[in-house]
Amino acid sequence: MAANIAYDDIEVGTELPAQTFLVTRATLVQYAGASGDFNPIHWNEKFAVEVGLPDVIAHGMFTMAEAIRVVTDWVGDPGAVAEYGVRFTKPVVVPNDDKGATIEVSAKVAAKLDDNAVRVDLTAMSAGQKVLGMSRAVVRLA
Amino acid sequence: MALDQSFVGRSYPPTDPYEVGREKIREFAEAVGDPNSAYTDPEAAKALGYADVIAPPTFVFTITYKAAGQVVQDPQLGLDYSRVVHGDQKFAYKRPVRAGDRLTVVSTIEAIKSLAGNDILDIRGEVHDEAGEHVVTAWTKLVARAAEEG
Repeated sequence: MAANIAYDDIEVGTELPAQTFLVTRATLVQYAGASGDFNPIHWNEKFAVEVGLPDVIAHGMFTMAEAIRVVTDWVGDPGAVAEYGVRFTKPVVVPNDDKGATIEVSAKVAAKLDDNAVRVDLTAMSAGQKVLGMSRAVVRLA
Repeated sequence: MALDQSFVGRSYPPTDPYEVGREKIREFAEAVGDPNSAYTDPEAAKALGYADVIAPPTFVFTITYKAAGQVVQDPQLGLDYSRVVHGDQKFAYKRPVRAGDRLTVVSTIEAIKSLAGNDILDIRGEVHDEAGEHVVTAWTKLVARAAEEG
C-alpha cells in the first residue's frame, strides 16, 4: 500500500478532482464481455423497451467501476480502497449513436477516520440525474 | 409471492476456486477504460508493495455474482430472476485481489424483505484465498420487482 496523498494534508470538505466518463454502446459490449454480464438490457434495445426501460442502459457495476476511479486516480494506489458501496438509484441510458452518454463524478472528503483513513462521498450524474446514491468509499492515506 | 423467511441465514457451499489471471485483469481494466499501471504492469504493482498486478476494486463482483447464482437460482427459494434488478452493492477489502489468487466464495442470505410487493434479498459473499485468508466481503442487494397484476 502506497498512497500518494498524506492524511495530514487532507481536511473534511477537500474536493477530489472531478472526472467525466463517456459510455457508448461499444463500451457496454466490451464491459459485458469482460465482466460476464450479458443481460440483454445492456445491449439489446428491443429487449430493454419490452421490459419497460426507455432504452439500453449501462451496467450498474460499470457505473460503480467508473465512479471509484475518481478516488483511485487521486490516491494512486487502488489497493488503498478499504470499503466501497453504492445504491443504484437511476439507470444510465445509453442511446445508439456515436455520442453515447456521460457519467460525471465528483467526490469530497466527508470524514477523517482512524488509522489514516478518510471517508469519501461520491456523486455520479448522467443526463442531469443522480445515478448513484449513498455512494461512499473508505480509503487509507499515507 | 413473498419469499420464505426461513432462508435467512442460509449459507451455500464454497464455490470451486476462481484463478485470477493477469490478462483477465487487463481485459477488465481496459473495459472500464482505466489506465492505472497497477492493473497491467507487475513492476508498477511491486512498487506499490504487491506481489503481482492487482484488480480494480469492483472486479471481484464478477466472481461473487456468479457465486450468488447459487442463491438466485435455488429452486427452493423461488426468486423470479427475470424481474431482478441490482439495488445496492458494497465491498469491504482486507487486501486487493491480485493475479495468481485462487478465490472461493461462500454466499449467505443475510435478509429477505417484502416491500410493496417487491422481494428484497440481501446476499453476503465472503471471498477467501487458497490459504484460507479473508480477501474481501461483497454485499449485494437484489430487488425482484412485483409482477404486474394479470
